[in-house]
Amino acid sequence: MANIFHNAGELVRYRVLIQNLVGRELKARYRGTVLGFLWSFVNPLLLMTVYTLVFGFIIKPRDPSFNNNPIIYALYLFCGVLPWTWFASSAVESANILMIQGNLIKKVLFPAEILPVVVVTSNFIHFLYGLPILLAAKAVIALTVPGAPGFSWALLQLPLIVLVQYLFCLGFGFLLSALTVHFRDIKDILGNLLTFWFFATPIVYTLKLAEGAPAVKTLLNLNPMTHVISGYHSCLFTGELIHWKRLSVTLAVTLLLFAVGMYVFDKLRDSFPEEV
Amino acid sequence: MAGPLAIDVAHVTRVYQKYSARHRFQTFKSALLKGDLIRSLRSDELVTALDNVSLRVEKGKTFGLIGENGSGKSTLLKIVSGIAKPSRGTVTVRGKISALIELGAGFHPEISGRENVFINGIMLGLSKKEITDKFEEIVRFAELEDFIDAPVKTYSSGMYMRLGFSVAINVNPEVLLIDEVLAVGDASFVPKCLDRIDDFRRRKKTILFVSHDLPTVEKICDRVAWLKNGRIRALGEPKRVIDLYLQDIADKKEGEFRKKQEGVDIENVRAEEGRREARWGKRDVEITRVTLKDGSGRMKHVFSPEDGLRIEMEVKAREPQKDFVFGVGLFNSQGTSCYGTNTSLEAFRPVRIDGRGKVVCRIKRLNLVNGTYYLDVAVHKADGTPYDYHRNLYAFLVASRHKDVGVARLDHSWSFSSRVRVKPPKKR
Repeated sequence: MANIFHNAGELVRYRVLIQNLVGRELKARYRGTVLGFLWSFVNPLLLMTVYTLVFGFIIKPRDPSFNNNPIIYALYLFCGVLPWTWFASSAVESANILMIQGNLIKKVLFPAEILPVVVVTSNFIHFLYGLPILLAAKAVIALTVPGAPGFSWALLQLPLIVLVQYLFCLGFGFLLSALTVHFRDIKDILGNLLTFWFFATPIVYTLKLAEGAPAVKTLLNLNPMTHVISGYHSCLFTGELIHWKRLSVTLAVTLLLFAVGMYVFDKLRDSFPEEV
Repeated sequence: MAGPLAIDVAHVTRVYQKYSARHRFQTFKSALLKGDLIRSLRSDELVTALDNVSLRVEKGKTFGLIGENGSGKSTLLKIVSGIAKPSRGTVTVRGKISALIELGAGFHPEISGRENVFINGIMLGLSKKEITDKFEEIVRFAELEDFIDAPVKTYSSGMYMRLGFSVAINVNPEVLLIDEVLAVGDASFVPKCLDRIDDFRRRKKTILFVSHDLPTVEKICDRVAWLKNGRIRALGEPKRVIDLYLQDIADKKEGEFRKKQEGVDIENVRAEEGRREARWGKRDVEITRVTLKDGSGRMKHVFSPEDGLRIEMEVKAREPQKDFVFGVGLFNSQGTSCYGTNTSLEAFRPVRIDGRGKVVCRIKRLNLVNGTYYLDVAVHKADGTPYDYHRNLYAFLVASRHKDVGVARLDHSWSFSSRVRVKPPKKR
């Protein structure tokens, strides 16, 4: 356990390197594209448009929370999809990162644990780029659509939720990146797992919808991402206070995942240079 | 022990796992199904890359590591640098390390050289300010002033390497690890790197130098270790260790040549188009066996010029003959005739050959340049009608320290008038 704290401390020591590598990722990602940085805004916007078309206009929302209004539903979707994208991209990229940066691990004295941190952090930055778009959309919708939720003090809880998700992504990232070195098929399993996970999280529907089916509700409640995304809904959509008990249990689970991820990563670390 | 130690490698063993084919197809799913998730992370076979290696490098000394490919040099360097961990034993390094193992390993192709220098520098342990201070120097040394703002993916491999070297060498380490990186530089960059390494030595930094370039190793290293199959075979004064290593290589080649020679069945050489080897003649007089020896009579296949060469032919005449000429010819690997002579050209007058006998041609100094040579031996009538002609059936290697080129080494010397000043070659 002491070792895990030590490792977490090391991460702080490497913050300059992490900063620079994240900067490099962000610069390199859209290099050569016409829109450049704008892609960070355009991507979630396009995604939201697709979901709104499919779930708002084609499959009409049965949920009374949205006043049968597809625009309000689109806002709800956006509140969930944005953090989900952060989580899902972090997971997919973490699973590959040690192999992609194999040269660093094999040929340079390089702290491998910062690679998942860089992945999660650069996706976090993309999430941050998406936030102003979300808030602007919310403002426009609040002003123009009758019955749409407005801003409230609940927004101030956002950093807390973000922190929990950051730790969750990191723990998952450590675990995935280390295991994928030995089991390359995690990459393939992961895609399907994330699709399932996406639908097992109240993003395109609300938790209330599951009230009628206790088994489904239990299942949803066992999913830590349910509570993370619900947290975002509370701050950004409904403007309610976060369900504290749920959030603290989620935080505990997150810390556990973080510890397990670090532990596994540390155990397998010495095998990376010859395996990647 | 004179000075304090900079690198102390104590009884280091490094074992690698050799994965069987079974493991490669092992997947997460099947591991879960079979319930041997943990066991599948281990493997059955082990390869020992380093076997109980100990060496100590004093502060300020340059230590060379030589050995064939796969002897464990790079593994040792990686363990000293901390990239790989020893399976057993300990490594202690005092002072900041910079490893020139893979140059520019951390470069990102999409971003500019300038940005890569900063990130690479930070990876190697420099602060941002230190890099800013040294930036000009790094770029100038790499000769990339005009390209530093272009993405690294547009660089040629030489530019890439120069930039990597330049960053690594400007880290200003206490201990510098160099792995064969000079092999890829061009004719103008390598001397620059060597100059910089000399500069390090003058400033009493410690260097661990891995190279196949033996003259450079001999020139710059204070001590040398020769690794073979993961063990230290010799350690100490450079010239002695390098000589032992060269001797070992010569012995190995000797063995290869002997094996090849034993494989040649001189009784049944088929005459085929395009084959180098051939044998023809009616064998009224037959050459039954040819052995190559040095001047002192030892059988050999690898010769240095001073060894001399004795070509011994065992001959047999079915019936007594009065008309016979013995000849030898040396050809290099391009098929160029390097030297040929026979008893008729040298005006020996044949009288009679009967039954078994022996003919020896002695070459006092084998003044040929380095390379593989093929030997023709023949016995024929004075008019050229062959009794027994062996074409290229025998091969030997000339390995000398001289690097001159051409066909043969002509006996020569140099002199210079007083206006042309040269220093004599270094004593080897």
